[in-house]
Amino acid sequence: MIDFTEEQIKRYSRHILLQDVGVEGQEKIMNARVLVVGAGGLGAPVSLYLAAAGIGTIGIVDADVVDLSNLQRQVIHFTKDVGVPKVKSAKEKIEAINPDVKVDTYFEFLDSSNALDIIRQYDFIVDGTDNFPVKFLINDACVMAEKPFSHGGILRFNGQTFTHLPGTACYRCMFKEPPPAGAVPTCSQAGVLGAIAGMLGTIQAAETLKYFTGVGELLTNRLLTFDAKTMLFRTVTVKHRDSCPICGSSPTIDHLIDYEQAACDLKSH
Amino acid sequence: MAKIIVNGETQEVLLPLNLTELIKQNDVSQPDMVSVQVNDDFVDRAEWDGLQIKEGDIVDFLYFMGGGM
Repeated sequence: MIDFTEEQIKRYSRHILLQDVGVEGQEKIMNARVLVVGAGGLGAPVSLYLAAAGIGTIGIVDADVVDLSNLQRQVIHFTKDVGVPKVKSAKEKIEAINPDVKVDTYFEFLDSSNALDIIRQYDFIVDGTDNFPVKFLINDACVMAEKPFSHGGILRFNGQTFTHLPGTACYRCMFKEPPPAGAVPTCSQAGVLGAIAGMLGTIQAAETLKYFTGVGELLTNRLLTFDAKTMLFRTVTVKHRDSCPICGSSPTIDHLIDYEQAACDLKSH
Repeated sequence: MAKIIVNGETQEVLLPLNLTELIKQNDVSQPDMVSVQVNDDFVDRAEWDGLQIKEGDIVDFLYFMGGGM
């Protein structure tokens, strides 16, 4: 049992007041270790809310530096941070919001060589990446390491997310393999309304906090999609697929795969 | 005419109709970017041509969404 300081009781009072969270739930949050992959549009709101909530340790993976074009949506980075590694900029803001939080930074790309080693150190993983190779890599590594994760994707005015726990539907149950390279617009080509990243990222942060506190029902076996143009939200029930190549009854994938990045994505870097 | 539900909305379609044709009718501009569930089961791309739509089918198109940064 953590001995809360008076300052912590005050800081987390709005959580502690919630019957479903309370002191016990807040303690679970403070003992939690979360990995956020990507300190961008989704990673920014996720990290800010998890920091404010008092997550014990937040790991952040990102190999990029802050670019002026990021600031329209990546709200953890400020104008003065242009040119600074995103992990450094994010760590600075998290520590400013909440000095209780320990931040681990990984100034590198997540790939098949480091994914399992990094992911194994955390209790919950948040996918805030912008490309299919890494989205599939996170899925496969989490299934292999039996780690829960939150998937997130945004495009133009739309977003989608689901939460995976061992045994529930994974990304490959829904989408067997990455779409053909080049067929895929990402934010850098297609554009995205900045606030969409906040809408989806805060859902991912809420799912993370629900996971640790055990509150409510997670978005497992359900894919939530929304269209901000109409503000219609829809939840599609998805089933764990027995023939899934990674989490099915006879998986065909036994190692992590580094898919080719679509050529058009490479040009944008 | 048969009534089916596509992405939560009722549609009236003329049978016979296979899944590939239904995808085309729904103006899915990039079929490579969609994963399809019929009556809660995912249908592999290779089986789209052979799957005949029938009255009461519930069809969901799930789109790849790759952004995040």
